Amino acid sequence: MSVPFSEEQQRRFDEELARVLARYPADRKSAALLPALRLAQQILGWLPPAALEHVAGRLGVSACRAREVATFYVMMRPEPLGRHLVEVCTNVSCSLRGAESLLEHLEQRLGIRSGQTTSDKRVTLREAECLASCGTAPCLQVDEEHLENVTPETIDQLLAQLD
Amino acid sequence: MPLANVLTNHWGEPGVDTLAGYQQRGGYGSLRKALELAPAQVVDEVKRSNLRGRGGAGFPTGLKWSFLPKDDPRPRYLCVNGDESEPGTFKDRYCIEKSPHQLLEGIAITAWAIGAHTAYVYLRGELATQARILERAIDEAREAGILGPKLCGRDFALEVHVHLGAGAYICGEETALLESLEGKKGWPRLKPPFPAVSGLFGCPTIVNNVETLATVPAILAMGGERYAALGTEKSGGTRLVSVSGAVRKPGVYEITLDTTFRQIVEEICGGVPGGRKVKAVIPGGSSCPVLTAEQLDVAAEYEALKAIGSMAGSGGVVVLDESTCMVRVAWRIARFYAEESCGQCTPCREGTPWMARILRHLEEGRAAEGDLALLKGLTGSILGRTLCPLGDAAAMPVRAFLDKFRAEFEAHLRERRCPFPHPWGEQADELFAGAGRGET
Repeated sequence: MSVPFSEEQQRRFDEELARVLARYPADRKSAALLPALRLAQQILGWLPPAALEHVAGRLGVSACRAREVATFYVMMRPEPLGRHLVEVCTNVSCSLRGAESLLEHLEQRLGIRSGQTTSDKRVTLREAECLASCGTAPCLQVDEEHLENVTPETIDQLLAQLD
Repeated sequence: MPLANVLTNHWGEPGVDTLAGYQQRGGYGSLRKALELAPAQVVDEVKRSNLRGRGGAGFPTGLKWSFLPKDDPRPRYLCVNGDESEPGTFKDRYCIEKSPHQLLEGIAITAWAIGAHTAYVYLRGELATQARILERAIDEAREAGILGPKLCGRDFALEVHVHLGAGAYICGEETALLESLEGKKGWPRLKPPFPAVSGLFGCPTIVNNVETLATVPAILAMGGERYAALGTEKSGGTRLVSVSGAVRKPGVYEITLDTTFRQIVEEICGGVPGGRKVKAVIPGGSSCPVLTAEQLDVAAEYEALKAIGSMAGSGGVVVLDESTCMVRVAWRIARFYAEESCGQCTPCREGTPWMARILRHLEEGRAAEGDLALLKGLTGSILGRTLCPLGDAAAMPVRAFLDKFRAEFEAHLRERRCPFPHPWGEQADELFAGAGRGET
């Protein structure tokens, strides 16, 4: 089995995995599959096949099951994305407050369509489903953090900040 | 008075989100009171309160607890459903942000009542901020000896863990939640057996919504009967609604159960911006059949909504004004359920994208004669034919939009285009004027 992590990454993964595993019964290690995959993803930026195999091996499940889980949940990244992920909620409450125009604005500023990554691999842009921010719509998620009450100005500031 | 403060009494006060601030206001007093009672007495108190689940189904909470098998050697689990993903709903994250210890106290009382020594709080993966808030509160409560090996010094261990999902609406369905918590894709289980008999890791499990459990301390404090008396005959207390869309003051509000949608829109949320009129209200999250402007005087409460063929759901109230296209809204809702169908049951897997395609064709002026009948027929082919309620959740709103706003659907078909200049309404255009649109 190929090792997906550098030595330092492996130390971090092992340390944090031990903390995660402590939450579940000793004979139910597989319950840690979602948090363990997200942990590997935080370290590597995505989930290459070697990471799926490694996590599966550590938790005593098949690599096939790890892949099944990694492709079922939208926050998992079985394919590499840009350095930053910008997701625009376009569900009803956000669209009532301009989310579709907001998405178009981002498409124009980045020169890509929703679902694509900029050629310099800086930003992947895509739509998201309801993010539980309907009272503070429209809402974005940038690298898994919420940005609420978004205006065209916030977008410009955001894009200036992303490296 | 439509507004209430049973659950939200101290929300927003400085420091109430810390252990010290919570305790200064009597926090964890209800837990100490509960620990003086036998677990069965706590269950009885909650039964007397007529508390119903706030996650969507509205099942009586105390009754659910009493389904646990007696004299069973297996460990019992409490799972807290914080998957909050029903479009239009954002109250559970507020419960955690505003008063995390209130939720923890509710969890501790419930764990004592049902005999669970481990509780998992399943939060949707996108709620990383709320997970950090809750984890900090758990650490505080553990260090203070409230949670941990000895619950408030009693010979009863309780560990509470936060478990983050990874983005899947279906995991709000309680058996899909359990599958996800076991490290699997979120495919709902066939019921029975119900989780109370065989749930997490094959053990007896109670799954309760965040708001439901955050309410438990107030019930212990005031007594079940007094809490019940605040509500209606079949549903005790007060509830939270999350209001969004075409209102001046969107937000989370605690209301009494006699509060009507007209009061929510006009008195609580400051009315519709721009002097426009309400056209429709989604009463409890996007799966609940839409109400027309003529139905605004119904109370935002389980039985009243059921009587007119809708549901109280998860309390997500979305207000739509006269400038918004109902086909556009129905299409977006259908697209959501198509995206979130887990793929297990054929009627839902195949039917939800089909409904979305027809609605898209209507909105884009590409629909054919007979499509409205086909759409209506599709809803009937999904309703009641799936393992979990997602199929119904997709079919019910589509059917309601079609039935109640038939003239708009027919106009799209006849004119072969969307007749609205701004399909999402004037508010969307006002808020984002100049951004994107037309700047080619």
